[in-house]
Amino acid sequence: MSFFDIKGLLSPFTALQQLGKKPHTAKFPFEELETADRYRGLHFNDLDACIGCGNCSTICMNGAIDMINLEGIEGKDGDSGLRPRVDNGRCCWCALCVEVCPTGSLNLTKDYIYVSDDANSFLWTPGVSNPDGGENLSFTSDEETSLTEYSRIPMRELEGSERIKSFAEVVLGYSEEEARNEARRCISCGICSEVCPEHMHIPEYINAIAKGEDEDAIRIIYDNNPLPDMCGKVCTRRCEDVCAINHRGDAVAIRWLKRYATETAKTADIVHEIVNPEIKEANGFTVGIVGAGPSGLTAAYYLALKGYDVTIYEAKSKAGGMTYYGIPKYRFPEDSLDKQIDYMVKIGVKIKYNQRVGVDISFNDIYTNYDAVFVGIGFEVPWTLGMNGEDLKGSLQAVNYLRDINDGQTVDVGDKVCVIGGGNVAIDAARVARRFGAEVTILYRRRVQDMPADWEEIEGAEDEGVHILAQGIPLEALGDENGKIRAVSYALAEMVADDKGGRPKPVQIEGSETELEITTLIGAIGQEADYSFLSDEYKDKLEINRGRIVATELGQTSLEKVFAGGDAVNKTADAISAIADGYRAVKGIEAFLNKTK
Amino acid sequence: MEMREKETTLYLGPQHPGITGNMMVKLKVAGDTITKATTHVGYLHRGFEKLMERRNWLQSFTIVCRICVPEPDPNEENFSRAVEEIEGREVPERAKWIRVLVLELARLASYMLWYGGQNGSGGMYTVGQWSVGDRNYILDLFEKLTGGRVYHMYIWPGGVRRDLPEGFADEVLRTMDYLEKRFDEYDKVMFDNTIFQKRAQGVGYIDPAKAVEWGVVGPPLRGAGIASDVRKDDPYEIYDKLDFNIGLAHDSDVWSRALVRKQEVRESIKIIRQVIEKMPGGEYYNKIPNPMKWTIPKGDAFVKTESARGEFGFYVASDGSNKPRRVHVKGPAYVHGVTLLENLLVGENIADVSFIMNSLGTCPPEIER
Repeated sequence: MSFFDIKGLLSPFTALQQLGKKPHTAKFPFEELETADRYRGLHFNDLDACIGCGNCSTICMNGAIDMINLEGIEGKDGDSGLRPRVDNGRCCWCALCVEVCPTGSLNLTKDYIYVSDDANSFLWTPGVSNPDGGENLSFTSDEETSLTEYSRIPMRELEGSERIKSFAEVVLGYSEEEARNEARRCISCGICSEVCPEHMHIPEYINAIAKGEDEDAIRIIYDNNPLPDMCGKVCTRRCEDVCAINHRGDAVAIRWLKRYATETAKTADIVHEIVNPEIKEANGFTVGIVGAGPSGLTAAYYLALKGYDVTIYEAKSKAGGMTYYGIPKYRFPEDSLDKQIDYMVKIGVKIKYNQRVGVDISFNDIYTNYDAVFVGIGFEVPWTLGMNGEDLKGSLQAVNYLRDINDGQTVDVGDKVCVIGGGNVAIDAARVARRFGAEVTILYRRRVQDMPADWEEIEGAEDEGVHILAQGIPLEALGDENGKIRAVSYALAEMVADDKGGRPKPVQIEGSETELEITTLIGAIGQEADYSFLSDEYKDKLEINRGRIVATELGQTSLEKVFAGGDAVNKTADAISAIADGYRAVKGIEAFLNKTK
Repeated sequence: MEMREKETTLYLGPQHPGITGNMMVKLKVAGDTITKATTHVGYLHRGFEKLMERRNWLQSFTIVCRICVPEPDPNEENFSRAVEEIEGREVPERAKWIRVLVLELARLASYMLWYGGQNGSGGMYTVGQWSVGDRNYILDLFEKLTGGRVYHMYIWPGGVRRDLPEGFADEVLRTMDYLEKRFDEYDKVMFDNTIFQKRAQGVGYIDPAKAVEWGVVGPPLRGAGIASDVRKDDPYEIYDKLDFNIGLAHDSDVWSRALVRKQEVRESIKIIRQVIEKMPGGEYYNKIPNPMKWTIPKGDAFVKTESARGEFGFYVASDGSNKPRRVHVKGPAYVHGVTLLENLLVGENIADVSFIMNSLGTCPPEIER
């Protein structure tokens, strides 16, 4: 090769052909580059859809996202009230925050130019800094692409046709593998804990289950709940209603995971070995507790751990209160309850059975013999339906029916049962009657979606062949010539919007009155407390308002040394609220007795 | 002795357009001849490997792309494949084809940046400007596919992050048709150019025996007549289902290495067309569990790909937790940019330092990891 290589000398001049061709670059500002549909530009957050779970902040590998309070956004159930703020100086636009946002509120936009002389403004609050960003979304996630696991591991259950043959437990529980997989869905945001009345350490114990550390999970659970077997089976689980994953998919099965953890410890001895609680030396104080329901048992457990001499007076022959006498055994088997009670006795709680206060022992005796008293009497007396024919033979109350069945008695309800009500008690009564071979109809004034009962219970009832007659207003119970119930008449209702913004009201449709032939009518529209155990002296001193004992945050009543909790105090009327009451009352009793030292 | 007195020390970089990234070469020169070259790195050390030990498996995925700016995708593919191997996670067939599409587009983009560097360091700016401009069309494709132009963060454990957008395949083919014509134009201005030939031939010679001994890989090794390419020798993803050749030249100088790349850009286009034609349908991603609680069983894996700069390996070890216990990156730049370069520069002219460096494929962030 030489410099006289003509091709080698002339070839470079072919570059001249490019002259006059359109340049590659856009002529800004006359032309603008259009970013791609998936472009990962500046963040936008839909502030209304965001629940402040902080998952974006957790996944951000640059630590560029922090969660802040914003004016006008308050925390509420299911919403921490916090919103993400992005440090655009640290963000690398990997969009993992988008991929893990459980609600899909956080997305990236096509915008990428931001100019400011204020360095602080690079701390960017998506949705506030760019209120119109939602019109320019580009990199987004949906149920398919999101890394949030939206599908719950299904719980294995007995078939509906099998269930109604016996009182065998319906829910079969997670296997180890199922529990680990379900636990791994949790994003540990803790929104659930805020809503749980007892503020259980939910993310922590789920995390332990996910890691295969079941014993740790049990220890974490017992930290503030001594009745986890019960909660693992029948808790009303408001935690799941607010679960961050619930917004686009199925909530994490928090209740079933707790159930899994507790069932890995088969006996009270094993629970004792695992929890291995530190029991403080006796401090000389005595506490008397009226009622061995969830609130009384909880107070007793934590007081006993703190060195108090605790005695529970229980009217019936078994502890557990409504969780034993009110909940059917196919939901909460007896041995699960026994395990918990045995464990409590093991750590020093004394329970005196068949001691109805006011009958077998006076309240005054307890009041005077103990340094402090806790009252957890529950709601035992059912509300009447308030309609004609309610006193006919064959008209029952659900709580009484369930109590008698759980107590081993025989109750003949015939072959056609109508249950009136829409709560868990109504569903329980219906499913129990179904197990004795009856055709069961639940008559409820509002729509199925308005029923206060747990949705899984409603589904379970339907699977078992219970017929739910929604928007049916009961009018009258009709009897035969022997004074035995033969039918219930009811009318259909239409739902009318409430002017004040409340939930729609059922209004009777004229001319829709119908009769339903039945052999038994079971009322299940609510209960109240029975204060007959109090003598007049105490009735006067103990402040009771609308059927409920008035108590402070820590359970103290108008009688200084009397504390109270459970259904007789709080309106939520579920086991976990009662447990929370019992737990808080321990602090109240401790503070009260320390003052008297 | 008299000669040594005339020696001067010259610092090339760390901020120098002739250096491929931020590193410095300390030169001892006698006149215009280099007597000793010492590389100094450390200007780009961000501690990627260590950062990953403090981040969960998914967070780590966003870090690996930064190990090489011009060609981030082999890092993503390596990391993902290593994790998949330890975990035993299946990758859908379609995802493997999409991965190869991305890897070859990245190879093309990387080679086009090399056109820029090789020509620029030789004082021939025309082709360099063309290729860097044309490379933008590939970056446009990346933007459409992944949402990012430079850092794609697209190949992740289990598959790829999103499926091809509508009309993407046609756009890829149109871009390939365009680039093919452009490469012919590049050739006329670059390879047919006597000045480039004079400039490149016989410069930066690597003894083929030494090349093997030192662990030289990629175009420098193939330019020494040794046909070595991970895609052929140890095929990964779906490379065994594709018909392509590897570039080969025998003079082991800058010219030979350029010839290898000249052949390989066309082979990449050939591969991309096959991938578009044969890509199966189906899933593109075998979803990982919730990344916050995603653990990888105890174990380790070493995987490698053929990057534009040569064999690129990742060693990943897991102790069973949700974070990597160790990630070790074995890229070609350590050998090419340190051991090889220091040896190669001795006896060469100052003006050839950048020229030789560009021919080797050196990426400082990959040296420092």
